Amino acid sequence: MTDPAIPTARHTPLRAVHESLGASFTDFGGWMMPVRYTSDLAEHHAVRTAAGLFDISHMAEFLVEGSGADAFLDYALAGRLSTMPVWKAKYSLLLAPTGGVIDDVIVYRLGADRFLVIANAGNRHAVAAALEERVEEFRTLPEEPPTVGSDGSFAFIPGAPRRVEVTDASDAYSLIAVQGPVARAVLDATAAIGELGRPLDELTYYAAVDASFDGEPLLIARTGYTGEDGYELLIRNERALDLWEALTAAGAPLGLVPAGLAARDTLRLEAGMPLYGHELSLDIVPAQAGLGRVVAADKEHFVGKAGLTSVIAAGAPVLVGLVSDGKRAGRAGYAVYRADPSTGTDERVGEITSGALSPTLGHPIAMALVSPSAATEGTDLTIDVRGTRIPATVTALPFYRRKK
Amino acid sequence: MTDLNALSYTAEHEWISIDGPIGEEGTVATVGITDFAAEKLGDVVFVELPGVDSGVSAGQVVGEIESTKSVGELYAPLTGDVVAANQAVVDDPSLVNSDPYGEGWLVKIRVDTSAPAELLDRAAYVALTGGDE
Repeated sequence: MTDPAIPTARHTPLRAVHESLGASFTDFGGWMMPVRYTSDLAEHHAVRTAAGLFDISHMAEFLVEGSGADAFLDYALAGRLSTMPVWKAKYSLLLAPTGGVIDDVIVYRLGADRFLVIANAGNRHAVAAALEERVEEFRTLPEEPPTVGSDGSFAFIPGAPRRVEVTDASDAYSLIAVQGPVARAVLDATAAIGELGRPLDELTYYAAVDASFDGEPLLIARTGYTGEDGYELLIRNERALDLWEALTAAGAPLGLVPAGLAARDTLRLEAGMPLYGHELSLDIVPAQAGLGRVVAADKEHFVGKAGLTSVIAAGAPVLVGLVSDGKRAGRAGYAVYRADPSTGTDERVGEITSGALSPTLGHPIAMALVSPSAATEGTDLTIDVRGTRIPATVTALPFYRRKK
Repeated sequence: MTDLNALSYTAEHEWISIDGPIGEEGTVATVGITDFAAEKLGDVVFVELPGVDSGVSAGQVVGEIESTKSVGELYAPLTGDVVAANQAVVDDPSLVNSDPYGEGWLVKIRVDTSAPAELLDRAAYVALTGGDE
């Protein structure tokens, strides 16, 4: 084994607290991030049964502002963001002109003319470059006829100046996630969190609210990447440590533990959530990854629209879930085969994108890109696990769904 | 506590405890992975070990150690015959993390007297892992 630590990798403002907690670090998207503090299995189970505290400050934040911000995002992203009410959040995709995925993002509407886009750390520069380029393109677009928003208002008024400004705020902000069934209780117990724009009771899934932490502006979003209920908290770097410590102090008696990227990865895999670079890439169009619903294909102009149809028609592989018995998991890159006893053939039908022994379910799970002909639920396939064929069955995603 | 200075090591992060001189008939080596390797792997969830009585050669892959995050291969550090494989670890792979030098041992090999052995001492191994014990 070798240590792939890259000297140029950055640390988040919470480095000292991770080190004091005995974290091991790994390079992720150019950042040295805690991979685990004690046991990744214990951290995983804590999130499923109580709560985990994650430093996700490596993620990139972009502010999109101006009277044309909503129309701009409709152009720059795959989804329709202009009709989204203020304080709502939406999962979306930044597509290449080919229809491939540059990144998957969450967009929060902070005001009529103000949006926050949270992108993956490793894609920060690709996202920044694409948004910058699209601002220029957007300014030269012919103006569209007015469209009526879902609330009956005009979402876009022709003739209005289409001003839009994109700011990369990644270096100024930290992001801390509290995930798990007691996440709400942890926030309630954190006395320094207050001045909420509206009560947490009214904060639905994929919504956000402005608040303060000990006098500092705080954004509380009910979003996450674990398959559990939970929150993601955005605060300026200068106060990130104070917030982490306040959450820890309030949450520890409730079962809150710090959790690293290892647990985060097995949690999101169980929840069937894609990870950029595994399930998503420039070579994958949204429908292949089961994300066709994210694309508002009826929009007049948006980047990627032209590339979306042809690739699917060509019979490109699609994302499926695979489950196996035993303990031996297929991993990213392992080949997937389908045997046909009637012809005696054993055909390679695809490749695993993410796989692990599921800590919650106790058996191996994987996501794989396979030929559409092998993607029907219940299809029996095999995984080549370093020379040994492990039987696997195509199953619906997600593997794990929390009890409401 | 195991005296880590009394053990031999390999560059593949295995430890070897030898109960006699390597050149002597009947010498048995107990093999496991180091705490450094166990920590790098994370929580071990699956261990595959070679069968008892199988012959192994130094450097050969003879088993696997899987964590939730990654897969490590078990290399035979010495040439010889496997005389025991730790069933307790197969049943409870977490022993590799909780007690890598004790209950988390993996295999015992009766060492072939004619084969050369290239093992590291503690200082060399610690230097290899960049440590400064």
